[in-house]
Amino acid sequence: MSGESSSEGSGASSGEGKGVTMRVEVDVPKCVASGQCVMIAPDVFDQREEDGIVVLLDEQPAPELHADVRESAVVCPAAAIRVIEK
Amino acid sequence: MTETLAETTTPAEEPLPEFPMPRAAGCPFDPPPIARALHAERPVTRVRLWDGSTPWLVTGYADQRALLADPRVSSEATLPGFPHASAGFRENATRRRSFITMDDPEHARIRRMVTGPFAIKRIEAMRPEIQKITDELIDTMLAGPAPVDLVRALALPLPSLVICRLLGVPYEDHDFFQRNSSLMINRHSSAEEVVGANEALTDYLEGLVAAKLADPADDMLSELAGRVRAGELTQREAANMGVLLLIAGHETTANMIALGTVALLEHPDQLAVLRETEDPKVIARAVEELLRYLSIVHNGRRRVALEDIEIGGETIRAGDGIIVYTGTANWDTEVFAEPERLDIGRDARRHMAFGFGVHQCLGQPLARVELQVVYGTLYRRIPTLRLATGIDQLPFKHDGLVYGVYELPVTWTS
Repeated sequence: MSGESSSEGSGASSGEGKGVTMRVEVDVPKCVASGQCVMIAPDVFDQREEDGIVVLLDEQPAPELHADVRESAVVCPAAAIRVIEK
Repeated sequence: MTETLAETTTPAEEPLPEFPMPRAAGCPFDPPPIARALHAERPVTRVRLWDGSTPWLVTGYADQRALLADPRVSSEATLPGFPHASAGFRENATRRRSFITMDDPEHARIRRMVTGPFAIKRIEAMRPEIQKITDELIDTMLAGPAPVDLVRALALPLPSLVICRLLGVPYEDHDFFQRNSSLMINRHSSAEEVVGANEALTDYLEGLVAAKLADPADDMLSELAGRVRAGELTQREAANMGVLLLIAGHETTANMIALGTVALLEHPDQLAVLRETEDPKVIARAVEELLRYLSIVHNGRRRVALEDIEIGGETIRAGDGIIVYTGTANWDTEVFAEPERLDIGRDARRHMAFGFGVHQCLGQPLARVELQVVYGTLYRRIPTLRLATGIDQLPFKHDGLVYGVYELPVTWTS
């Protein structure tokens, strides 16, 4: 998966994001179900019931969620979260 | 000692520091001074272990994250060069493999069999029950005479009761499994003791798995028994996973409860914040900071290099052992300002207390909820809680793979 998939400019975000759009990708095979993304950004990430593996709820989270999404990517022990910002 | 040094070092070289390292007298919470000095001067450096082997010790935050996430770094404890914690651990590793000492994809396949019950929502659903158990244990404490040993009264029974219910292990057997798990995680236990304790626990868990096969309940051992029936695991493998979850489920949190309480009692201004709040966010932050500050898994995460790796100005060769000591990473000034200060208001979420990489603690959501409940309840309900002995009299677990206190005599004003 390349960052090019994030090219669409929709979402015209305002406020703290100052026009920055964020696109989130998760690498499901890499996920180790630590659950930290769900703890930090529960509006963006969830877990499968059977094995706790990540489920992406919101591919283009609103600007007020950006800081939590970035933090989720930083603490993800398996580097399974990719954040593309434009 | 000296003759082995002479074999591997030239006279001009200083003898290698031994690992694990002693903590400084009077500073029970601080990482060992030698480890901190190495972090400042040689963050990737050779150390000497109990068996004379000389793996690399990695002390800095960024280097540790890089290595623990590096597929050229293996957890496979049967590989030559793997830095074992003791003869007992070495013996165990060769006799029985568990997923914590496997690499992907084998590790991922097995780990995913047990991650479901630890998902955030499923653990959150247990919070009321964890609160109830905590309140009942504190009720019992308050109804009896003081001083009491907080380890026996609360720190150990709470996580033991919770993991027993989650797994489907009868808590009445706690004397048996606590005794054997203590033997398994003490680096001074002999190989016979470690192997014997592991066999006893595995036999016990295998008996429980067999019972769940015949009569399943709503618990993790029954789920594992279902996988045995489906042919995904042998009964012995299921039992082995049960042993791992049982030990990890109570020893770690128990030590965080007790040692965290000691740390807070020694920092009354921080304790006061917890005593006076019911804000779950304040409590959750405090838990992360105590995890960072104490780094109780203090014997290092053990790995072995599969290929040559350049890091920290050194070359770790294929086959070299690697020890990642998170205590210093969690006190790394590049990441945490004034790390020696316990500050429950700081954002410590990036700590390495649960490790990093694919082997990061799978029970962390449970540990967090247990600690949030205890830290959020104990000091509010017993505001005059204090040590019933001097801090220098406490029996700290210097010999444990997990740091903590063996006993914690506390008292209060009724």
